Amino acid sequence: MTPLAGFLLVAALLFSIGLAGALTRRNAILVLIGIELMLNAANLNLIAFWRYGPHPEALTGMMFAIFSIAVAAAEAAVGLGLVIAVHRHAHTTDIDLMNRMKG
Amino acid sequence: MSFAFYLISALTVAGALAAVLLKNLVHCALALTIAFAGLALLFLNLDAQFAGFAQILVYIGAVAILVVFAILLTRGSETPKDGEIFSRTWLAGLAVAAAVFAVLGWAVLGTAPMLPHSSPAPHVTVLQIGNALMSRYVLPLEIVAVLLTAALIGAVMVAMHEKEEKQ
Repeated sequence: MTPLAGFLLVAALLFSIGLAGALTRRNAILVLIGIELMLNAANLNLIAFWRYGPHPEALTGMMFAIFSIAVAAAEAAVGLGLVIAVHRHAHTTDIDLMNRMKG
Repeated sequence: MSFAFYLISALTVAGALAAVLLKNLVHCALALTIAFAGLALLFLNLDAQFAGFAQILVYIGAVAILVVFAILLTRGSETPKDGEIFSRTWLAGLAVAAAVFAVLGWAVLGTAPMLPHSSPAPHVTVLQIGNALMSRYVLPLEIVAVLLTAALIGAVMVAMHEKEEKQ
């Protein structure tokens, strides 16, 4: 197995774990944790392709990963702010109980 | 494939598994930090020093702390009354995740012989990254700066106290 295939398999495993967490857990914060894991798995793919791609000195994959990290930080801030707002409104973070869009 | 790669991968995957499986949310956040640290080590293993240290700064330094704050502010560390941490439709979610992993693994293993083998480690300095950020990638950099400002102001607005409702 080539090193790139190893990194891609680890990224696929992390993505699936994150997806399983986001789809099966009841707590909204755990859903956000699963989304963060999925974003990180995508970053690992980008860096691995940058490292073993034909022109690493062009820095394309590295830049993509750095911008992706910045966007993920913004996403985490907004997501956790939403969780706190929903908790103040509905007094729960259990997404099985949040089944109405009207407050 | 070096021994370090297997060790770091096992640590990262174990951290990720613990983060989605543990019952106490604070333990989940700590396991998530381990997974983030393992990913940073994987980035360093791939000769991407800048991305590795950015991962440590942003994820362990900011996102993990933010998650802990959110858990404590929402009293999420209390387990639900019926003790059930998984959704009613957990079987469907698990099946979707397993199917996604099967497709991804099949695609990677199917193309593995065509993937490039080892290549010399690229020599990338922070100076080169800074030059690229300030010349070729200056427009994305500015857009990300605006996006981060808007997102942080939005997060504060969303999480702020609604005064009218209190009265």
